[in-house]
This record gives sequence, C-alpha cells and structure tokens, in this order.
Amino acid sequence: MTGGSNGMIPAGDLDAAQRLRRTIQHTLGRSLHIRHLDAGSCNGCDSEIAALLNPYHDIQRLGIDFVASPRHADLLLVTGTMTRNLEQAAKRTYEAMPEPRLVVATGACAISGGVFAGAYAGRDGIGEVLPVDVRIPGCPPRPEALIHGLLVAVGRLAPFDPAA
Amino acid sequence: MAEPVEHIAPVALGPRVAELIADGGHFVMLVGLDERSVGGDGLAIEAVVATQSGLARLRAQLPLTNPSYPTMSRMVPAAHWDEREAKDLLGIVPIGHPDPRRLVLHEQWPSGYAPLRKDVPVDRQPALGDHHFVPFEVHGEGVYQLPVGPIHAGVIEPGHFRFSAIGERVLHLDARLFFVHRGLEKLVEGRTFARALPIVERACGVCTVTHALAYAQAVESLTRTTIPDRARWARVLLAELERLYNHVGDLGNMCAGVGFQPAISRLGWLRERLLQLNDALTGHRYLTGIVAPGGLAADLSPDGLAILPAALDDIGAELAAAVRSIIRSEGVMDRFQGTGLVGPAEARTLGALGVAARASGLLLDLRADRPYAAYGELDVSTTVFHGGDVAARFHVRAQEAHEALRLVREVLHEMPDGPFRAPLAAVPATGASEVAGVEGPRGASWLWLRAGPDGTIDRLRLRSASFANWPVVAAAVPGNLVPDFPLINKSFELCYACTDR
Ligand code: SF4
Repeated sequence: MTGGSNGMIPAGDLDAAQRLRRTIQHTLGRSLHIRHLDAGSCNGCDSEIAALLNPYHDIQRLGIDFVASPRHADLLLVTGTMTRNLEQAAKRTYEAMPEPRLVVATGACAISGGVFAGAYAGRDGIGEVLPVDVRIPGCPPRPEALIHGLLVAVGRLAPFDPAA
Repeated sequence: MAEPVEHIAPVALGPRVAELIADGGHFVMLVGLDERSVGGDGLAIEAVVATQSGLARLRAQLPLTNPSYPTMSRMVPAAHWDEREAKDLLGIVPIGHPDPRRLVLHEQWPSGYAPLRKDVPVDRQPALGDHHFVPFEVHGEGVYQLPVGPIHAGVIEPGHFRFSAIGERVLHLDARLFFVHRGLEKLVEGRTFARALPIVERACGVCTVTHALAYAQAVESLTRTTIPDRARWARVLLAELERLYNHVGDLGNMCAGVGFQPAISRLGWLRERLLQLNDALTGHRYLTGIVAPGGLAADLSPDGLAILPAALDDIGAELAAAVRSIIRSEGVMDRFQGTGLVGPAEARTLGALGVAARASGLLLDLRADRPYAAYGELDVSTTVFHGGDVAARFHVRAQEAHEALRLVREVLHEMPDGPFRAPLAAVPATGASEVAGVEGPRGASWLWLRAGPDGTIDRLRLRSASFANWPVVAAAVPGNLVPDFPLINKSFELCYACTDR
C-alpha cells in the first residue's frame, strides 16, 4: 500500500490511524472538524461514529473533532438514505458549511439506500441530494473502516505530493 | 399463540379498548389495514390490548371512501400517535382527535397521499410542497419559544423540539419526530419472510435482536414452526447481550447529560468491549443477521463462547465499580434526583414501557408476562423503582445490566448442543395474522404481521418501545429547567429510528 498516487500520505510502516493524523496535519495544518448528519439511518452507522469517540478508538488523538455547527466543519459525515422529511434540513446544513467542504457517504444506506432502497419515503442514497466525495461501505462500517474512509477524504483536499 | 380477531363496530372500538385497559389491560397498538388484498373491499382498524388472559384483538371494518371512526385518544391516551399514524399512512380519520396535525408524513406531503393503501406503488414519491410545521406553543407574558433541531449538536438522531418556557422553566414541550421515516412497513409488503428480515431488523441498528426476534416469533406462529432448543436458549443470550451493551451505553449517556467525564469514558470503554464480544460471538458488533425465522441464521462461534465467561466476569466487576463511583458522586446524583418526574398514574395512562415504566413503579416485563424463547425456564427478576425521576431510571438500568449478566451466565450453563435452525413448517393462509412482543432494552416492542400469498408479507406494523415512550418524555419535561432537557431525554434514551421507521 503506497499512498502518494491517491492523495494519501504513503503508508510506510504507519498504521491507518497514524497516517490519518499525519495527513490531517499536512493538509490542514490544524485539526479536522466533522459535522455528523443523520439523514435517515437506522442508528447503526451513527453508533459506530459515536464509538470513534470512546477511549478505545479515541479519534481526538488523531486531530479530529466533531463540531456542533456546520459553519465550523470541513467535512459532513452523512448516514442514512436521505429521507424526504429531512431533505430540506440536510441541504441547509450542507449550504452552511464553508468551502472547501467534503461530503462522506457513510454506510450502505447513504451510498445506495442500502436495504431501504426503493422506498417511498427516502432517496436511494444521499448522492441524489448532496455531492458525495467519498463512500465508506459497510452496514454499518466498522470504526476502523471509518478511520480509513476519513483518511481517503482528507487526501482529497490537498493531494499529497512526495516532491513538495 | 393465535389469538382470535373479534369484529366490532367502529363506534364501539374506543369504549371497548378503554374498558379492557380499566380492567388491568395494557394497550399494545392500533394497526390500520387495507383489506382489499385479503378479499375485503375496504379498510379496517385493529386495536390490540394485552389482558390477563392473552391478547384481545378488536377489528373494525371501514368503508373505502371517508373511512373514519370516533377517536379513542381521549379515553386511551396511549393510542394518540397510533391514530395519527393511521391517518397519515392510510387516510383513516379518528374523528374528534385532540391533535389532528400531521405526524409521520410532514406538512410538505400532498394531502390524500396514503402510502399504505394497496393501490399506491411502493416507490411512488410524490412531489413535496413547502408547507410548514405549526408547533403547539404556550403564549403569555414572559413566555418565550425555544426551537431546537431537527439537526443537533453532537452525534445524535434528528428530531425537532419546541419549548415554551418562562425564564428557565419549561411550560410545554412539543416534540416533532419522524424525520427518519424511511417507509419500512410499505417496503416489506410483498416480500417473502426471508427477504424482509434484513429490513425489519434494521428498524433500529442498536436493537436488531429485539426486532428480528419479534419478527421471527410472528413468522414462526404463522407457519406453526417449532424452533430447536439450542436456538431458544441462544436467543435469550443474544437478547441479554443486546440489553447489556445498550444499558451500559445508556448509563454512560446519562453521565454525558451532566458532563461527568470519568464515567463517560469508563462506560464507553465497557460498551466497546461488549461490542467486540458480540463480534467474536456472531461476526457483527451489533448482533445483526444472527436471529432468523426458524431459529438462528448461524450457530454462535465456539471461540466467542469460550472467551465469554471470563470476559463477563471482568466486565461485571468493572461495571459495578463504575456504577458505585457514579452513585458516590454527589454532584451527579443531585442532578439526577427529582429531575424529569413521571408518576405511576401518569406512566400508566400514557402507556410507558420498559425502563420508563419500571422506574415509575409499574411492574411490566414481557420476559415474565408473556415468556418467549427460553425465558419461561429462567427466573427473570424484574427491577422496579418508584421514584419516577432520572435517578430511578439510572438505578433500574444499572440493576438490569447486572441481571442481564446473570442471565447470560445461566444460558451458558443450560444451552444444549444440537441444531440451531428448523425449516418453516407450513405456508400460512393469505390473511392469517399474528402479533408478537419482545422485551427489548427500551421496553416491549410489538410486531403485527399478516400473510399474503405464498409466504409473503401483506402487512407489517412495528410499534417499538421508543414509539410508546416519546409522549412520556414530553410529559416528563414541563416544570424542569431547559438545560435539564438533555439529561431527561437521555434518561429515557429513546431511539428515533424505530419510532419513525
Ligand atoms: S448502512 Fe446499515 S447500519 Fe448504516 S444506517 Fe443503513 S441499515 Fe443502518
């Protein structure tokens, strides 16, 4: 696994978590601010996102924090199919974010509607309403997969250039 | 169990339900039905009440045009949301309802669109308008309105809360939910029992065993299937592990409501360990995909079973220490005590379930009242507290977590070897229906299921404990301080996903 080509810090002998910390430092020069948005999830994906904050995963040690306001967020971490009842609020949340902004579709529902695809009350994934940068598969994605997905997302902001 | 359906005139429905409840019965649910797929020519509404002698099922037939009946919510407040839901989803009007606003389909949805009618295709998405929510507010000198949500700070589910407050004191709370309504009940119609399972269990991602179990039990009753002994015992094990990781997490969330960081970390760590045990046992951190109609989809992992006893001893000791540290913290207990009070009469009238009921003195527990899986062979001790406040809900959860640990150990002792799944024994007749209930971490979740042709689903309704308890939260808040709302809310720790479906 070498990184540079897909915008990520090369793996070397770093694990995903360490790479994420370095990439955030390199790209943003500060911590990564995430706004979580439940757009119609079953709570499974959100529970795993919350688990990132427990002392075992402790993603704050990597320079990541969840913020209350979308105005302070670099990245929108979206779960759920995008229910029609929430569409308006979801769009407003996205619009309130400063640029550059990233949208990460978290879990099968956010990617494609998951098991809820084809229902009258939701979209088949958040991509029908928001521009998606990175997709993290899983139902729900494990915390490790979430960390990897965030690494990929941050790499999109300013691709790592080994020569720089 | 196959309780018979009693047909009743629409005007008699409310008084009959009220009478059964006055005699000690408990409201289970209302379910709106389109009878045209099972040989009828109109709609119907069925009320289910749990009585001493089993479930009473009362069904009133309604015409296709202007289907309506006199509301029962004034006599049976627990039916308040059920009636509004049937109105939104089937167009069945409860005449004289105290709150005729939209519930499930918000105001933007076109009037007349009733998705659970059989002539509406599953994926028909009508164009939405731009009508807005009209909150119920209290007005008067010095009273101000505080809107919060639907999108909140923190990693939590969406809901809109409208407080009418005077100073810091809440006079009234209007909760607006169903932002995560996904259309689950329509989506499973026409699917086979097997293909609907992954959808039903994802009604809530942290109560997947509860919902899968209620569903499996309903399917097994419909198909007259007896499941193997190993599966019966394993189901208890899984249900108690689900209760355990939820209760441990919820105890931590209650501490988050008062910012008591040492306990948040400690319990967060314990919950993570429990999720990893789930993973070792079933391959899924939330135990999804393991319960299936007929028994289990797969046997429990022998490696997972082997590490369970020692891990549980360790977790039990650490949990006891964490709970002690919280109870000894005067600052925390001071915030817990007397906050978010719900008296026993109020809890009973509103139809509180689970922890919310047992912390207000109501002895309600389906594991003992209507035993399923192997609970009938276990001696489940149900915890009841009488305080009705945040502290009581804390104590109930803490004791139930320990009881769950004890039950898991007992299952490990008793669970026999052998097959873990039986094939479904029969194809049910079109129109046959069953009701099943499971005592989940938040209380009784009830599932109503009717068969269509060839082993498919005609109609499914899921009424989770969270759905039942939301009106109790709204009643617990007035009189408290606005900043105590997060704590009160966390003391119930209801789920939006299974409420909204
Ligand atoms: S992807 Fe799975 S876990 Fe995530 S919200 Fe959808 S159903 Fe729930």
